[in-house]
Amino acid sequence: MIKHVELKNHQREIFYFRLRLFISIGFVLALLAILLSRFIYLQVVRHDYYQTLSDGNRISVVPIVPNRGLMLDRNGVVLAHNYSGYTLEITPSKTANLEATINELSTLVEITPKDRKRFNKLLAERRNFETLMIRNRLTDEEVARFAAQQYRFPGVEIKARLFRDYPYGEKTAHLIGYVGRINQTDVALLEENDLAANYRGSDYIGKTGLEQSYESELHGTTGVEQVEVDSGGRAVRMLSRTPPVSGNTLVLSIDAKLQEIAFQSFGNYRGALVAIDPNNGEVLAFVSKPGYDPSLFIDGIDTQSWDELNNSPDTPLNNRALRGQYPPGSTIKPFMALAGLHYNTRSPGHTIGDPGYFNLPGSSHQYRDWKKDGHGSVDMFKSIVVSCDTYYYGLANELGIDNIFNYLSRFGFGKKTGLDLEGETSGLLPSQEWKMRRYRQKWYPGDTVSVGIGQGYNLATPMQLAYATATLANNGAGYRPHLVREVRSSRSDENRMVEPRPQAGLQIAPTHLDLVKRAMIAVTQPGGTAVQAAAGAPYQIAGKTGTAQVIAIKQGEKYDASKIDERHRDHAWFIAFAPAEKPRIALVVLAENGGHGSSTAAPIARKVLDYYLIGKIPQPLPDIIVGESEEHD
Amino acid sequence: MTRRQLWLRFIAHLDLPLLLGIGLLMLVSLLVLYSADNASWGQPLKQMLNIAVALTCMWLIANLPLHYLMRTAVPVYMLGMALLIGVALFGEISHGARRWLNLGIVTIQPSELMKIGIPLMMAWYFEKHEATLTLKNYFVAALLLLMPVALIVRQPDLGTSILISASGFYVLFLAGLSWRVMGGLFVAALASAPVLWSMLHDYQRHRILMLFDPSQDALGKGYHTIQATIAVGSGGLLGKGYLNGTQTHLEFLPERTTDFIFAVYSEEFGLLGNLILLGIYLFVIGRGFVITANASTYFTRLMAGSITLTFATYAFVNMGMVSGILPVVGVPLPLVSYGGTSMLTLLLGFGMLMSIETHKKLVKT
Repeated sequence: MIKHVELKNHQREIFYFRLRLFISIGFVLALLAILLSRFIYLQVVRHDYYQTLSDGNRISVVPIVPNRGLMLDRNGVVLAHNYSGYTLEITPSKTANLEATINELSTLVEITPKDRKRFNKLLAERRNFETLMIRNRLTDEEVARFAAQQYRFPGVEIKARLFRDYPYGEKTAHLIGYVGRINQTDVALLEENDLAANYRGSDYIGKTGLEQSYESELHGTTGVEQVEVDSGGRAVRMLSRTPPVSGNTLVLSIDAKLQEIAFQSFGNYRGALVAIDPNNGEVLAFVSKPGYDPSLFIDGIDTQSWDELNNSPDTPLNNRALRGQYPPGSTIKPFMALAGLHYNTRSPGHTIGDPGYFNLPGSSHQYRDWKKDGHGSVDMFKSIVVSCDTYYYGLANELGIDNIFNYLSRFGFGKKTGLDLEGETSGLLPSQEWKMRRYRQKWYPGDTVSVGIGQGYNLATPMQLAYATATLANNGAGYRPHLVREVRSSRSDENRMVEPRPQAGLQIAPTHLDLVKRAMIAVTQPGGTAVQAAAGAPYQIAGKTGTAQVIAIKQGEKYDASKIDERHRDHAWFIAFAPAEKPRIALVVLAENGGHGSSTAAPIARKVLDYYLIGKIPQPLPDIIVGESEEHD
Repeated sequence: MTRRQLWLRFIAHLDLPLLLGIGLLMLVSLLVLYSADNASWGQPLKQMLNIAVALTCMWLIANLPLHYLMRTAVPVYMLGMALLIGVALFGEISHGARRWLNLGIVTIQPSELMKIGIPLMMAWYFEKHEATLTLKNYFVAALLLLMPVALIVRQPDLGTSILISASGFYVLFLAGLSWRVMGGLFVAALASAPVLWSMLHDYQRHRILMLFDPSQDALGKGYHTIQATIAVGSGGLLGKGYLNGTQTHLEFLPERTTDFIFAVYSEEFGLLGNLILLGIYLFVIGRGFVITANASTYFTRLMAGSITLTFATYAFVNMGMVSGILPVVGVPLPLVSYGGTSMLTLLLGFGMLMSIETHKKLVKT
């Protein structure tokens, strides 16, 4: 009985299955019929049309490259722009004998071996359907000479192109960066991000600096022209056109004049300067010295210039402001003082007697003060004014590394500031956990002692120290630093201001702030370490000098600048904000191998402050002679 | 054993008509690759190697009795799922999608494995519940399909997930999913489309619109479609002749050895060539249907039907995309486009068809 039912079911099942199979066959036949009718439509009905497009005339899809966005400073001064020039270009697929053609061309326009080398490089990495540049910046005369002979050179044409130019050159090189020719790596990256279509026809892409980090704003949208071309490659008629959309203009918070003054104030020194408006995080000047000529990179740098830049002991390609990591030295002291007050480790009135050195209980190792005989009795105020090391050795030891780490990281030490430039380094704010991870060693009390004066494992970038200074200047309310303050669209209704971005607030008791700020003001007044640099300023400067050791000094030995190779001399720091009572600018100056903050770094800061606050333009500088000085920081 | 007996044993589990059809398509592949590669032997030779490997695997599968084939369903499916999850977690990103898994020695694309694994698993599941099929079983089978598809959509690989969905749907359809449910699903899909659309980002919408209007993206994928359509249309009745396709040889055609190989063929051989190619495909598909109709068990019927229909779908989607009636999704022309992986997956399928055809007598007794 049951068996009977199953059997019947089975037969019915087969029947239904076959039915479905027939439907499937019908489905497949329908699909094939659709294809067949499409083929007939294309190959019979519309054959003539496509035949015409294919032979004789072909449709050519021509990308129209958008103009790259400009960069202006906060007052509208141009920092990066485009100018038009003529180039001579070859389409390899339309040129029978490249070598012969180029030789023939060189009788009309000058083609240097360097041009040929570049052309061959382009040829090796070309993308399909593109014309390759053999010469750029043709003179009007050369253009005219070639135009008269053009009929002899199928596949060779003159094109008007835009070139990128940076009027401030090396002064803004580390800030603006540069564009360069799109290479294989860029292509791979563009394809990965699905942007390859928008870069058809584009030759350049931002490689470093703002050119790189704002590439998506600056590039714009590529337009398209569909044209019919004849077999010689000449356009016969335009079929459709979608205009390109120019890249957006970046308005920077940088003040070009300030930037220039800052750059020049360094004289022969290498170093970095970052100035920030503490009220909103806008970066006013961003200098890394030495700079380099960014225009060298645009069409591919030649080997010789590259070697010079790359092998120079001055490392001009290194962005010191963003990536240079140095011991912060004594500039850390105001922040350490705030930590001491915050954790109640020190009261303002607490006084120590400074014999000129510090030693840990039960140890004979001497941590020396920069002043051999000590500063006598020192309270917190004085410790900042005279930059007493002994005071901070003891303070650090009592605070302990955990508290130091927690407190200083709130000022941004040990982490990236989030500036809108690629490649920022994070410095180093040491902790127990870090040392274990890095060296597989536990933290020793001795490690803490040198951290107290910004030496030891401590490393900070000028950018970080600038952020910390700005945050202190603004009473603990830090803003994420940024270089771009406005993005202007070619359609004016789409302009965007970059809003200040407050960072997590730092609660500092007003009495603590008051003490530290007063001490920093005293630093620039008689009795302080930076008195000379601030002399005669019609506004109050709060500052702190610092020295970063480049080489360690042995126990019992004295640092003597004159005996040390110039590149092993200490780095000089100066941090400052002004006017002290209502700061409009906070800055950090680092002069590499500059010796003492007071004699080299602080005068640079003064010139920048003078221009920014009272509009004073410094006289052309006499060459700074690196010499000895008796004063210390 | 004589030589003849050995030979007979060697071909015992090969289906000769199917092999003939496949062989013809491979011949077309080598012929067109030679032209598309600018009359050089580079790609044809590499393709020959792909073919040799794939044919060997096909022969092995064809000789595998059906109950072995069935037993592989669960492990293959589980392995595929594990690899897909692996891709989602550790996959390598290339061209903006996470599709490849680097296993140290080789880099694999697990969605390829699932092209076989999913129909296999679903057919196995239906076979297991054959006696007592209820709506619940269809639901479970649909789930078996949707889980891996969801992972593939996320990679994102829209083309592959649509095609795999199709192969799974064919199993459901052949397994007798009621018309009412299918109708209901269709209506539900239509109804949910506006909702899904509103959930998409602007750029995603833009991309979908671009699929249907290539001129919107004339510099990107639309360029392929425009140039391929010109190639096909200018081929005319008899084509421009072998090695004479101007679109091909002037480098107007992109991806001309892989996804767009049909444009090369069509330009050089014209409508007549297209008819012949369609004829060969129809022959292979027809033979697949015959095998399906003769298959002896529920599992083999479903499997054979799904393999055949999927093959037909691939061919249709590729030619439709090259001739400009379907959006550009990355689907190769089956057995003709250059590529080892797709050749292997397809021939594994055909190996199964042959096994189904040549082992059925054993099952019946």
